[in-house]
Amino acid sequence: MSLKPRTLLPAGSQAPNFSLRDGPDSYASLSDYADSVVVLLFYTADFHPVCIRQLVVFNEALPEFHRLGAQVLGVSQDAIWSHIAFSNHFNMHFPLLSDYHPRGKVASAYGVPVTDGESARAAFVIDTNQRIAWNHMPPPDIALDAGSALEAVERIVFK
Amino acid sequence: MKTVARLVAPVDSRDHIRGPKDAPVTIVEYGDFECAYSGQAHYALQRLSTDMPMFRLVYRHFPLTQIRPNALAAALAAEAAAAQGAFWEMHDLLFEHQDSLEPESLIAYAQVLGLDVEQFIVDLTSDASAANVREDFVSGLRSGVNGTPTFYINSERYDGSDEYDALKAAIEEAAKSRTRNVTKAKNIITRGESGAQF
Repeated sequence: MSLKPRTLLPAGSQAPNFSLRDGPDSYASLSDYADSVVVLLFYTADFHPVCIRQLVVFNEALPEFHRLGAQVLGVSQDAIWSHIAFSNHFNMHFPLLSDYHPRGKVASAYGVPVTDGESARAAFVIDTNQRIAWNHMPPPDIALDAGSALEAVERIVFK
Repeated sequence: MKTVARLVAPVDSRDHIRGPKDAPVTIVEYGDFECAYSGQAHYALQRLSTDMPMFRLVYRHFPLTQIRPNALAAALAAEAAAAQGAFWEMHDLLFEHQDSLEPESLIAYAQVLGLDVEQFIVDLTSDASAANVREDFVSGLRSGVNGTPTFYINSERYDGSDEYDALKAAIEEAAKSRTRNVTKAKNIITRGESGAQF
């Protein structure tokens, strides 16, 4: 897949707000999580092998994030119906948001490389002032590790 | 920002280690006994340990309990076997029977290995075993484990393929790199060579 090169929104930037479908009848906005540190995980696609590898580790590490008062949100360009199947299949305990219409709009706003159908894997940690505190995009085909995102959350919580 | 993920918990006496003590290459694996990829890697590592005995293997637990119902129990069974000195025997049995890891099977494996089964059950459910598994999981998380299995070759995360040929090349490269460093260090000692200016 060829991705248009972009630069991730850097630390210190205001995090763009969004409202994305996270269920058949519900939407999630960044402002809904104003009291929490947010880990925003853009990923390529539901059921993509590298994304499975990555997201099941974040899912397993979820209690570590919750203990620090941080919320993890996954975002891909898949339709909500795909998210439901994916989430059920892998017993995911964090919301998966659908950056579906228009495709990749929120990923683009964060500077994440996108194609018409897929986004690169990238993570942002957003503080309670809705500012980006940390970002990371691993090389293509490498899963992003939960530990580095957890450390970024700790730097906010324990500063 | 760190670019290369590195092992944060050095290999120590609590670890399960297989292979020559003075091996130039140490592979630390974070694995899950119920994970098919960890299972495939097990066979690749078995072949490698016969073909090139210049590495030692350290196994640490990274059970993905949310997607695999028996992953945690299997990890605890390996710890319980370790309490009777049979970690690697159990490790091999578990990877060779990934489709049968429910509690009755775990007990049957303890019998097959000739372990004291009563003691095995006590150890399987002990706080100490749970703490060991938890400690491995946390050190893996902190080291940048991004899926199972994740390997560290001489403390650096290995992001390549888990197949035999790729692992073999990576071990050879790590051994060469280690030899270069040792030679350099020896030269410094024997000839008083040093890059540093005092």
